[in-house]
Amino acid sequence: LSYFILLSAAITGYNTQILEGKKMRDKIANSLKGHSADYVEIRLEESKATRIIYRGNRLEEIGKTSSLGGNVRALVKGGWGFVSFNDVNKLRDKVELAINQARIVGKEASKFSQLEPVTDTVTAEIEKNPMTVPLASKKGLLDEYNDIILSTAKIQTSNIGYNDSQRKVTFANSEGSYIEQTKLDISLRLAAIASEDGQVQQSGLSLGSQGDFSTVEGLQEQVKQMAQRAVGLLSAPQAKGGEYIVVLDPVLAGVFVHEAFGHLSEADHVYENKQLQDIMILGRRFGDKHLNIVDGAAVPGLRGSYKYDDEGVPASKTYLIREGMLESRLHSRETAAKMREKPTGNARAISYLFPPIVRMTNTYIEPGALTFEDIISDIKEGIYAKDWYGGTTSLEMFTFSAAEAYMIRNGRIAELLRPVVLSGNVFVTLDNVEAIGDDLQMNQGGGCGKREQSPLPVSNGSPHIRIRRCLVGGS
Amino acid sequence: VEDILSKAKKVAEQAEVFQVCSKVTPVHFEANLLKQIQSKESVRTALRLIKGGKVGFAQATGFIEPGMLVEMAVETCKFGMPAKFNFPNPKVYSKIDIFDLQTDAVAIDDMVELGEQLIAKIRQHTSEILCEASITKGITSVRIINSEGGEASYDKSFFSLSFEGVLIKDGDMLFVGDSDSSCHPVLDSRPIAEEVVKQLELARMNVSISTKPMPVVFTPHGVVSSLIAPLVSAFSGKLVFDGASPLKDKLGEQFFDKSFSLWDDSTLPYQVASYPCDDEGVPGQRTPLIDNGVVSHFFYDLQTAALANTQSTGNGIRHGGLPTPSPSSLVIAKGDTSFGDMVRDITEGLVVEVLIGAEQGNILNGDFGGNVLLGYKIENGEITGRVKDTMIAGNVYQVLRKLEAIGNDARWIEGFLLTPCLYCSSLSVASKAG
Repeated sequence: LSYFILLSAAITGYNTQILEGKKMRDKIANSLKGHSADYVEIRLEESKATRIIYRGNRLEEIGKTSSLGGNVRALVKGGWGFVSFNDVNKLRDKVELAINQARIVGKEASKFSQLEPVTDTVTAEIEKNPMTVPLASKKGLLDEYNDIILSTAKIQTSNIGYNDSQRKVTFANSEGSYIEQTKLDISLRLAAIASEDGQVQQSGLSLGSQGDFSTVEGLQEQVKQMAQRAVGLLSAPQAKGGEYIVVLDPVLAGVFVHEAFGHLSEADHVYENKQLQDIMILGRRFGDKHLNIVDGAAVPGLRGSYKYDDEGVPASKTYLIREGMLESRLHSRETAAKMREKPTGNARAISYLFPPIVRMTNTYIEPGALTFEDIISDIKEGIYAKDWYGGTTSLEMFTFSAAEAYMIRNGRIAELLRPVVLSGNVFVTLDNVEAIGDDLQMNQGGGCGKREQSPLPVSNGSPHIRIRRCLVGGS
Repeated sequence: VEDILSKAKKVAEQAEVFQVCSKVTPVHFEANLLKQIQSKESVRTALRLIKGGKVGFAQATGFIEPGMLVEMAVETCKFGMPAKFNFPNPKVYSKIDIFDLQTDAVAIDDMVELGEQLIAKIRQHTSEILCEASITKGITSVRIINSEGGEASYDKSFFSLSFEGVLIKDGDMLFVGDSDSSCHPVLDSRPIAEEVVKQLELARMNVSISTKPMPVVFTPHGVVSSLIAPLVSAFSGKLVFDGASPLKDKLGEQFFDKSFSLWDDSTLPYQVASYPCDDEGVPGQRTPLIDNGVVSHFFYDLQTAALANTQSTGNGIRHGGLPTPSPSSLVIAKGDTSFGDMVRDITEGLVVEVLIGAEQGNILNGDFGGNVLLGYKIENGEITGRVKDTMIAGNVYQVLRKLEAIGNDARWIEGFLLTPCLYCSSLSVASKAG
């Protein structure tokens, strides 16, 4: 039962215009009529994508993909049936199959939150559309970044992965909702690999956006610094393992909040688990008064933003922790009904191949009042950890890894260290967050994995934070 | 498929069409009860072209006009990598047993019963445990044809049974789990139940452990969660060719412990990772990677092998895109020491069952580290309980250069690795005291 953040983004494919038009809408509506299930939904999806991969000076893959498929989900007496397919004909048969499967499972009364039916069409908010940028320009940009990395002394090789995708999702359910949403996603991951005397070190940079190609443009200076950082790591020492005062930069603190609290606030872990419900009682204190943690797809313009989730529930902005206390959690319609709380619009599916499950969207720690100087000035010995490789949680225990780390000595940033892995206990570590900065930044370059569904576009962020007694792995 | 190939041949020097159809039926249990039955069918068609000496690629999931797929692939050709290989000529493939008619014939009701039995057995031991289980059956059909007359097709059946349980006591969480898979139906839930009960028994008490270097025994699950990712990357022909593998200049060298051997084998009967040919039509084979401590081979696909001036080892596997060198089934050779003897040999040490976070360090350099999600303390030759808030950190090459002992019993983990326990004499352990 562990989750992790990946560094690259999804490939989903596409095909235009097949699901267009009133004919398809009637077909879907007819397939949903006249069944005895408690609830049925149909989701159809067309998508197209581009992917470009470099390894060193080799352009390793440049490809285009397209995809057309869908699924039906049915609820009967608390049991679920789910059917996914590529052939979007004979929808009615698929609805029947899903209902029959649900009937085998169902043994109690269905619990599913009430929701007003919605009819809506949502188009993507586009600044600079990646779909209209010629392949030659995309390649030209990546060539430029790659040259910068490879021309740095002691750099052995590079790794670049670029993905863009456009998905059109049509959602309809037996309650009368009909929603069409078009979504764009762009991600870029660059890595520089330095090598000397049998040692290999790397550094990375990852970015993403919902619909603005210019996010991945103009990174020349950042790419240059990234390559130099990898070289610097070759001569850096490893941290000594043990407990430290740790200061996290906004990027790594974003990964921390995702792993250390975000997953635990997903109600699907809690709703059937009596013991965990006792632990996760609303109002329980998790941290100091200065701690506020938010998740919400309704926060606009980020990679986890949307108008409706994959159950057709409008997106919201949810305070998970307010002034240190557990205020609410993330829900699907089923978990909300079973826990007698309100749905939050957090049921998401990575593609039509999977049913929606409770997921994060844009997760962050709200800014406090302290400057970076305030945060580090009274630390005698500690570690300043920046940027990220990834993170994992088992709900109770979590780990997350920094891509860059420095010792802090007498209130100042001192020598560079090899990347460190940090670890903690969810129920203890949040209470050990003893300082929160004023400089919130969102990281758009990650993806989240849960069960088989990975990587889902999310964003996370935080200001600089300081944690006392944080466990650091090392020599 | 034929239509796509014939259209592609008209515009390119060489072409290859790869198609995989799958039908999968998972049955899921949640919170001890049956929760969901799924049925998933999918078709994926990929086209690879060589045009103007360069490789183009396009792929469609679901329906696509053959002409459209060809057009998409042609568009990418002018930017593609120079092709250093030809698509394979007709080949004779050995018969690899990976299909059992009985697998798809297992009824949904029987799958449900299997899950119920498994959960009942484990709750008989620990009634408060909250269980999740998945029982999955499926069939995939692969077909590859190319312009050089090469043609391959096969069907594979698979069945898997997996279990995860969590036991929560006063804010303390214990996670246990195991899984099993085969091309045959897996109808006996006892091995998984026994493994999980063993984990529950060993983790019954929480004990504290000191921060210092100490001997560590990795169980088969521990080997997968700690040591395998760096090895897989280091033996990839691609990383070796790029110079990013620490083993790039170690071929033929005694770089690992003399008793340590590792090989890749896609020909093992009824293993879910086996195949008669890889995803570009090259016959599967057994490839020694480490032979008694000596680095003996790396694994390759066609393009990387051509670049490195060697032969493909039949490891060109697609992960949603172009084929890339990837392992099929990995096997670590058994040794001669029992798990019990390893434990008895240790005065103060750690058994690592599950490590989380190990993939997030500098894998290229062989570094691994993370939180011991499930691990046991050894005191004076006996396991005394479960450790928590504990991290380990080390380097795979240092660990495998000198092993104290290798287990005499091996287990399949996650359907792709057959491994015994590994005992290393010293590893850095950091723990939060109290």
